[in-house]
Amino acid sequence: MTDHTLSSPQPKQTRRLPQINPVYFILAALIVAIILNNPNFVEPSGYMNFLKRAAPLAILAAGQVYVIVSGGFDLSVGSLITLVVVGSSMLSNNDPSSTWWVICVMLGIGLGVGLVNGLVVCFLKVPSLIATLGMMITLNGIAFMWSGGAPRGYLPESFRYFGRFNIRDVPLIQMLPVAVIVMAVVGFALYWLMHRTNLGRMIHAVGDNPRAAQLAGVPINRVRVSAFVISSLSAVIAGILLGGFGGVSTDVGTGYELQAITAAVLGGAQLLGGRGSVPAAIAGALTLTAIFTLLNFLGLPQPVRQVVQGLILIAAVALAMYRRKRTGQ
Amino acid sequence: MKQVLTYATAIGLVLALAGTAGAQNFNDPEEFARQKEQLTMTPHGPEGQPWVQYLVDQMADTSKYKKEGASTVCFSNAGVNNPWRVVGFTNMTQEVALHPEIGNFVHVDAEGSDDKQIADIQDLLAGGNCDILIVSPNTTAALTPAVEAACAKLPVIVFDRGVQTDCPVTFIHPVGGYGFGIQGAQFIADNVEKGGNVLMLRILPGVDVLETRYSAGRRILDEAGLNVVGAEFTDGDNAKTKSIVEDYLQRGKIDAVWMDAGATAVAAIEAFEDGGHDIPVFVGEDQQDFLQKWRALDMKAIAPTYPSYQWRTPIIAAVSILKGESVPGPEWVLPQPAVTQDNLDSFINEKMPPLHYAMCGCEDMPNYPEAWGGTK
Repeated sequence: MTDHTLSSPQPKQTRRLPQINPVYFILAALIVAIILNNPNFVEPSGYMNFLKRAAPLAILAAGQVYVIVSGGFDLSVGSLITLVVVGSSMLSNNDPSSTWWVICVMLGIGLGVGLVNGLVVCFLKVPSLIATLGMMITLNGIAFMWSGGAPRGYLPESFRYFGRFNIRDVPLIQMLPVAVIVMAVVGFALYWLMHRTNLGRMIHAVGDNPRAAQLAGVPINRVRVSAFVISSLSAVIAGILLGGFGGVSTDVGTGYELQAITAAVLGGAQLLGGRGSVPAAIAGALTLTAIFTLLNFLGLPQPVRQVVQGLILIAAVALAMYRRKRTGQ
Repeated sequence: MKQVLTYATAIGLVLALAGTAGAQNFNDPEEFARQKEQLTMTPHGPEGQPWVQYLVDQMADTSKYKKEGASTVCFSNAGVNNPWRVVGFTNMTQEVALHPEIGNFVHVDAEGSDDKQIADIQDLLAGGNCDILIVSPNTTAALTPAVEAACAKLPVIVFDRGVQTDCPVTFIHPVGGYGFGIQGAQFIADNVEKGGNVLMLRILPGVDVLETRYSAGRRILDEAGLNVVGAEFTDGDNAKTKSIVEDYLQRGKIDAVWMDAGATAVAAIEAFEDGGHDIPVFVGEDQQDFLQKWRALDMKAIAPTYPSYQWRTPIIAAVSILKGESVPGPEWVLPQPAVTQDNLDSFINEKMPPLHYAMCGCEDMPNYPEAWGGTK
């Protein structure tokens, strides 16, 4: 229904530029800049390491898009990542065979956190910004209490497999990190759910105009809660990958909530809801990681790097917004 | 106009503050030379108990502070906000338990905030119950006036980071940041050929103890003719550390890695492992995870320490001061040993948490290892 009303005026417009999300151009430009700076990047060890590193943020951003499109924010994902990493190390207790049930417990925690977030927003009418901010502080406190402020154990290799292991001797690409496979599978699942199912359409409708959606028979609360649950589950998966990649630390998730929102906005998601795309958010996450990698390769001093990083970000989002105005979407 | 003036004053103030902050010298050749000498000194005091040893043989008379009966020891703590401070504070509470003379131990945690710590100290003074005050300052300059005010009322012990006044009875600290930087960089200079590539990893800029570690390390590496390929900030983040090292490995060979703190050392080592590279010469710190990795991979490494046993010393000093016994002062410089290949095995304990700092001087205490999060 939304699709229909949006697409009807378009044929009248003169098409000045191909209808491709600008984030892909920005990403391509950054990748070219990286390759110019470091030709080794075209080797599999170069781009595969890049994708592996970007995987947690990409999954997180793809989950965050659900909440953003439904008209909210999820600030609790960063501290949920920390809780997953700290909690997994406490529960697994260096026992490799525990990996499977620990992952199930973590997904259960994610489900619970998402449900609470969603229910608080829907039924207690707390704005999502505040509800998830409260959840963020609470989860940080729980992680701190659980660990006593310092990591208390290691993650077994079988748990770290997902974030750390590279499958070697793959034809053509030589190495294939497991994290990249996870990113592809989860990314596709989230894409399909958002852009090919009824739930995705309802999330768009709720974010675009909740009243209209309600009148059209969309179960608003159920849809919103689902969006928060999906975001929390994506944070759990991101946490499993991050714990695998870097090992246990008590501040692993710090700052990820804002990075995920930034990635989604870079991908053209609209902050007050109604618009957003999973593939573009993943591209936004790759763009953020590419900025970091490029600045690493340039070897600029830290303060300059922060200035450049900030400017690139503002420019990229401004470009995304400009394009949106021109295409009238 | 008035508004403009207000803004101008505000900007002027900010600039002035920035100016004084910038004036702090993190690369002081005299201090560098002094700490370099202290690293090789033979300490005074009982052997095998570095937390009561001292390098500078000058004592402070404390007979005027003598007090009968059970005492109240107050402690204003900058924070328990990183694993090193968690270990240190455990050392301290366990030390308190060893002294029946201490009737009451009052701990206030400033949670990493200067303002809160200043208020904490004022509250402790106003309460009037403290017989002696121990301060671990959050930052040097900001806490100086509060410590001066406390000195006027009761004996004060400062440890870890210092303050810009000599009014405390004693300031307890290990050799220092230059010493830390020297130990690691000298090991690299001794084990890597001239012209070798060294990657320096730092946590964050602007913290005095970390800046001095870096300036000392850099000085030694430069003097040894080594090629510093980069000095990167990791924010103490494992994933970021690993990414940075991977990026450097794509661009060329690395012969040694120097770090200003060891919490992310294992992540840096994993970047070499996962990429299929040989592990180069490494500088870490005394965290269990690094020491165990070092032994497991048979690496060529060193672990300079900022010994967490220094948290035991203030309690010992407080008890002595309240008995009127003299203590090393106005500075109590503790030895600052490094973990090397020769003594590595004696510091490894696989039952301890990964970020337990092995140089804790706590192995013989009654509640070891459970109180530190370990298992028997």
